[in-house]
Amino acid sequence: MGQRLIYLDNNATTPTDPRAVEAMIPYFYENPGNAASRNHPAGWAAEGAVDTAREQIADLINVDPREIIFTSGATESDNLAIKGVFEMYARKGNHIITATTEHKAVLDACKKVEKKGGEVTYLEVDSEGLISLEALEAAITDKTILVSIMWANNETGVIQPMKEIGEICARHGVLFMSDATQAVGKIPVDPKETGVHLMAFTSHKMYGPKGVGALFVNRKNPRVKVTSQMDGGGHERGMRSGTLNVPGIVGFGKAAEIAKAEMHEDAARLSKLRDKLQNGLLELLEESYVNGSQEHRMPHVTNISFKHVEGEGLMMTFNQNIALSSGSACTSASLEPSYVLVALGLGDDLAHSSLRFSLGRFTTEEDIDATIKQVADGVNHMRELSPIWEMYKEGVDIDAIEWTEH
Amino acid sequence: MAYSDKLLDHFKNPRNVGTLDKNSTGVGTGLVGAPECGDVMRLQIQVDPETQKITDAKFKTFGCGSAIASSSLATEWLKGKSVDEALAIDNMAIVEELALPPVKIHCSVLAEDAIKGAIKDYQEKNGLEVTVTESAH
Repeated sequence: MGQRLIYLDNNATTPTDPRAVEAMIPYFYENPGNAASRNHPAGWAAEGAVDTAREQIADLINVDPREIIFTSGATESDNLAIKGVFEMYARKGNHIITATTEHKAVLDACKKVEKKGGEVTYLEVDSEGLISLEALEAAITDKTILVSIMWANNETGVIQPMKEIGEICARHGVLFMSDATQAVGKIPVDPKETGVHLMAFTSHKMYGPKGVGALFVNRKNPRVKVTSQMDGGGHERGMRSGTLNVPGIVGFGKAAEIAKAEMHEDAARLSKLRDKLQNGLLELLEESYVNGSQEHRMPHVTNISFKHVEGEGLMMTFNQNIALSSGSACTSASLEPSYVLVALGLGDDLAHSSLRFSLGRFTTEEDIDATIKQVADGVNHMRELSPIWEMYKEGVDIDAIEWTEH
Repeated sequence: MAYSDKLLDHFKNPRNVGTLDKNSTGVGTGLVGAPECGDVMRLQIQVDPETQKITDAKFKTFGCGSAIASSSLATEWLKGKSVDEALAIDNMAIVEELALPPVKIHCSVLAEDAIKGAIKDYQEKNGLEVTVTESAH
């Protein structure tokens, strides 16, 4: 092909920043130690490198390094937080509150908790993708032990009212956990200031390597503990056994340091590019709609539905050149369209018609110009092929047709 | 998921895209699927009343690449066939020709249903005996 792939799928994963890769390299061969080996220089070097990374990561989110528990990624961190709190605080209660638009790692961990006798309330979101603070407060009972609300949504980029949720949780003495996978390293995230007691995040969404993540666990006021979900050597203060992924952690640390230094500049640049992309597409293509709040949204994300065009087919018109995601069912193993978009009140048809554009540190203005052109061409081409677009243009009421479900 | 060259060719250069006059007596229209399911296929045939042969076929499809390729291929196969021959087209032949992966088999089923729908519409419109049996799906 020769042509560079335009990568606008940074909410799926980010490229590892070459500076993070460089920092990792000495920890594969030159420094082979296990961070838990306390009796020789190789172990000390590994431990030192992990300590440094822990400080870099703690510094990014303004917490104590001892409050960072390393895991394999955000999915594990979500599981550890939810199941770990459910088990640790069983005497206090069995009720968890979360939202329907959470990541599957949270929703499925909650489903497991329900099977084990827990009760879970799934809060609905409005058309902007935001939960209702009143509904949250009303859902809290004397059995509630945890509120789990994501910082920013992976599909829409919508940011929840974190501080207000934190205040409600504090008022009721309930732990507040957040899956902040999409937010950390991209916008300022300060769990202590926000009243968040547990926070899951991962390296590979912030230009670090894959396979390493973290759970922030508040140490004081309140002191939070979670029951470990894996038995073994008692690493990470007994909360997560398993030999630490030293090179991965070093890369994660370096990525955190870079994010702290460059996040504001990146966000300012990317929000301009994102707006250019969004406005360009909306101007060129009638019947296009932005999904979710545009006011409370991550700077690098836009999710747009192009009515009467199916997302996967649309992507096939340009996927040799541009990488991005669709809320269409057909991109996944299931045939259901995105539950996140459906939760916003979009019909299944609009959910099938959506594309998620997530820009990143390495996105250029040329990428955006090329994307506007190729996506607009793709949508126009697919609409030429679409019988529902033809009906719409002829003024047929598509909702009144009796479709044959299959 | 890697697609076959044939599928990509039908997707990139779809054959017989368009619309026939659905009110014309010689035209049969099959409209299957639903927007909520992410697939809507409209397949139309033009039948010569003398010979009962399909002289033209057109489609428009809202759907994924496999759905578009399946309907494009179906129109290609329909042209020149008699109505009876067209009724014998099986979705598995489409699966084989395009090397559809298992998660996309429903696209071929939809194409078969669209063919049957178009023939049924033509037969009903012309007061002919409806020879379309309910699709197995």
